[in-house]
Amino acid sequence: MSTPGETLATADADPKSSLLQRLTRLAQDHWRTLVLFVPFAWLLIFFLAPFFIVLKISMAETTVASPPFTPMIQWVDEGIMHIRVVVDNFAYLWEDDLYVDTYLNSLKISVTSTILCLLLGYPIAYAIARSSHTTKHILLMLIILPFWTSFLLRVYAWMGLLADQGTINDLLIALGLIDEPIRMLYNTFAVYVGIVYTYVPFMILPLYANMEKLDWELLEAAADLGAKPTTTFFTVTLPMTVPGIVAGSLLVFIPATGEYVIPDLLGGGNVLMIGRVLYNEFNANVDWPVASAVAIALLLLLVLPMMLYQHIQAKEAQGS
Amino acid sequence: MNNGKRSIFLLSTLSFGLAFLYVPMIMLIIYSFNKSKIVAIWGGFSTKWYAVLFDSPEVWEAVALSFKIATVNACFATLLGTLAGLALVRFGRFKGRTLFSGMISAPLVMPEVITGLSLLLLFITLKEFIGWPDERGFTTITIAHITFSMAYVAVIIQSRLAGMVQDLEEAAQDLGAKPLRVLIDITLPLLAPGMVAGWLLAFTLSLDDLIIASFVTGPEAVTLPILIYSRIRLGLRPDINALATIIILVVAIGVLIAGYIMLRQQRQRELDLSMVAEEK
Amino acid sequence: MVNAAEYEDRPWLDPEAEPFIKVQSVSKQFGDFTAVDSVDLEIYKGELFCLLGGSGCGKSTLLRMLAGFETPSSGSILIDGVNMNDVPPYERPVNMMFQSYALFPHMSVEKNVGYGLRRDGVAVSEIEQRVQEMLAMVELSQFAKRKPHQLSGGQKQRVALARALVKQPKVLLLDEPLGALDKRLREQTQYELMNIQEQLGVTFVVVTHDQEEAMTLSTRIAVMDTGRFQQIGTPTEIYEFPNSRLVANFIGNANMFEGRVVENGQDHVIVESRHPECNFYVDHGMSIAEGSKVWVALRPEKVMISKQQTADGNTNTVKGMVHDIGYLGGTSTYRVKVGDEHLVEITSPNQLRPKDGNPPIDWDEEVYLSWEPSSSVVLVK
Repeated sequence: MSTPGETLATADADPKSSLLQRLTRLAQDHWRTLVLFVPFAWLLIFFLAPFFIVLKISMAETTVASPPFTPMIQWVDEGIMHIRVVVDNFAYLWEDDLYVDTYLNSLKISVTSTILCLLLGYPIAYAIARSSHTTKHILLMLIILPFWTSFLLRVYAWMGLLADQGTINDLLIALGLIDEPIRMLYNTFAVYVGIVYTYVPFMILPLYANMEKLDWELLEAAADLGAKPTTTFFTVTLPMTVPGIVAGSLLVFIPATGEYVIPDLLGGGNVLMIGRVLYNEFNANVDWPVASAVAIALLLLLVLPMMLYQHIQAKEAQGS
Repeated sequence: MNNGKRSIFLLSTLSFGLAFLYVPMIMLIIYSFNKSKIVAIWGGFSTKWYAVLFDSPEVWEAVALSFKIATVNACFATLLGTLAGLALVRFGRFKGRTLFSGMISAPLVMPEVITGLSLLLLFITLKEFIGWPDERGFTTITIAHITFSMAYVAVIIQSRLAGMVQDLEEAAQDLGAKPLRVLIDITLPLLAPGMVAGWLLAFTLSLDDLIIASFVTGPEAVTLPILIYSRIRLGLRPDINALATIIILVVAIGVLIAGYIMLRQQRQRELDLSMVAEEK
Repeated sequence: MVNAAEYEDRPWLDPEAEPFIKVQSVSKQFGDFTAVDSVDLEIYKGELFCLLGGSGCGKSTLLRMLAGFETPSSGSILIDGVNMNDVPPYERPVNMMFQSYALFPHMSVEKNVGYGLRRDGVAVSEIEQRVQEMLAMVELSQFAKRKPHQLSGGQKQRVALARALVKQPKVLLLDEPLGALDKRLREQTQYELMNIQEQLGVTFVVVTHDQEEAMTLSTRIAVMDTGRFQQIGTPTEIYEFPNSRLVANFIGNANMFEGRVVENGQDHVIVESRHPECNFYVDHGMSIAEGSKVWVALRPEKVMISKQQTADGNTNTVKGMVHDIGYLGGTSTYRVKVGDEHLVEITSPNQLRPKDGNPPIDWDEEVYLSWEPSSSVVLVK
């Protein structure tokens, strides 16, 4: 990465130059290295290294101690025992129905929520993309605005709406539509509402970004060539918005799978999701090796979608 | 006509979507003025929950801590994220580029429980080996927040840089500016709006984070989300409605001001354009 | 020197003149793609040299190598005798005017123009004076305080020009300098550019895809295709004596006839064509074996069209039928079918006003085409 200019700058080095001058020269010659080094080192220490620690601990044994797991150094000496321990924590996850059910339930909830977000988000993104310049800006701002307010409080707001004595039940009883309150809070339904509510902007924004770049004349061309609106939608609009659909779906699916707050606040004790099990395993049960093993399992579940998303992002960055 | 049916469908979905997004917040605000202690039952207008909120010292402490963390986090994340974005877009190929770009964008999609857990285990391991950090709290939360917010800043900076014509930087070089000079004179000033946006985003993300903070915090440090969470886990609380109302209003006003400034700049630009057109 | 005056406008003919820019077997590869393929070029002081070619022909890459934004994969570039290969862009005695103009959006017009001088550490008072002089030259003095987005396209172009010229570079590189302007402004600016170049005596290297622009502006043109120079010469040379079918077709239109050399004389060549059946008597001699396959290029405006037979035989004349007429006002374009399917294009000035609305030559009429021995060119590739 050395440019010819750098060699020219060092060529006239004066041995008597002051510290400041030398520092300036150092900055001039090596700034590129510095620019790269600082964030790179930060990420290596605080992002990459922790994963290896999680991996190691997931292979340790639980003990009643602080920290509550067998020290890592120990298994360096006893290679055979090491392998036995590795199998243990993961085998435990596999054999315990609770974990398998949780795993499958998380997957079911996040896939269903993603589809719901798509069904709701697609027409909204379409409506925004096709509205006039000023309206577009206002609508986009309205979609983004909730994102800037506290996520926790927005989930909390639904507790007030969905509770047995909450706003919706009160309203329905007052209208005489029901006599008894419908149970809407602390079940899977509430979790769906919470996830769709929280993540639908993540579906709308990539879809909108995709649709905004579309050439709407193509739709007119399709109509001109005799396609009915539904045909136009399925043969022209939908195929062209696939990149937006994929990006939006991943942005909903990935965080929804690992979600903790929504199942905890809205799902009550009844809805098992993997993020919640991890949190409880760690904080309530103080079983760090199992929590780490759950984390690794969650990561395995998400690694493909995450890589797919990164791949799309990278392609996007190259395209523009 | 089909066109009409379609626009009715779109309009109703749009209205439903916006209602879905905003009704919960509006109800939150309305019930913050409820006299009754039970949130969902209206007992007349009152501002007493605001008084309860303002009288509570632990709320103020949590607000102060969260703002302190968010500010320090936003500054560092903007710096590191900008450097990372620059390196990725402008340095071409370098050793470890794939690893670097993977690491910078991974926090965007990493479940928070994993990030929180792994960082806590790192801090514990570090303490075991080098005796730092001896106490978890402000420092550990800030480090954790910087790690994931810098990814968001880097993405913003990357897209700005990619959209910025390289011509400008080449023109400066052509006129005799050395690379560092180009960075200071051209690249950074043009990146300034992106850096401001990145700072604001990092600030908000930090202010909003519950999970990562609750993993890496110690018993002493209670951030605002941790405080709110501990209160609402057990049910509805009118003073939390009051707090939510304040937060929503502050954000709404902030966004309105930002929107107004942007609109004015756009008007000015349009005015300039029409002026140029007339001169011709 | 006695010869100096004689070669003043055409230094490339002077055997003793030293070229100002020397491009010596320069290549540039991007991965597997060869953008510039071992080219040699000599440009003389004070020239207005055009690199002409379609998109992707390598002209911009060559220009960027002159500016220093790309380093040659092999070969070397010398400017005023100095090898530029290891000189970074910020230390080269050249300046560039970008196709996008690349005006710094956060600086006013005068800050933009003065930027290069500030980088050179020129005294503030001198910067001010030189910027003002430059702005006066491009007639933008009253816009000094404006930001680029408050300027029209033509004004931006002139700021970019002023900014590149204020450092008094030895060479000015211009990337599609008129590309972003509308047609009327382009013609006007074209002449302004020539005047400024003449006034300052700076060597200009222009990249363009517009052949008309290249023809009017330049002292010499290099026609580029797939990374190589196809022909280098004055606009007249390139138009009148293209050295290949590619150049003949790229610059203007040309009718192309395939044939065989049947007679190779001292001062002429006769080419026999089968489709259409006629002989071309060309009055330039060339070293080529009789019987070899060649092409004869004939410009549309050099063909005469007439309803009467003007010459006997079938040398430099052919009979045909009018297939299409395009009336352009000042001229008309005729497409005449000769032989079975060969179409010949002719442009001819409309000197007489048609009587009773009837054109002098009508569709499906039988016509005779003829041309001078000096009008056609024999091409071997």
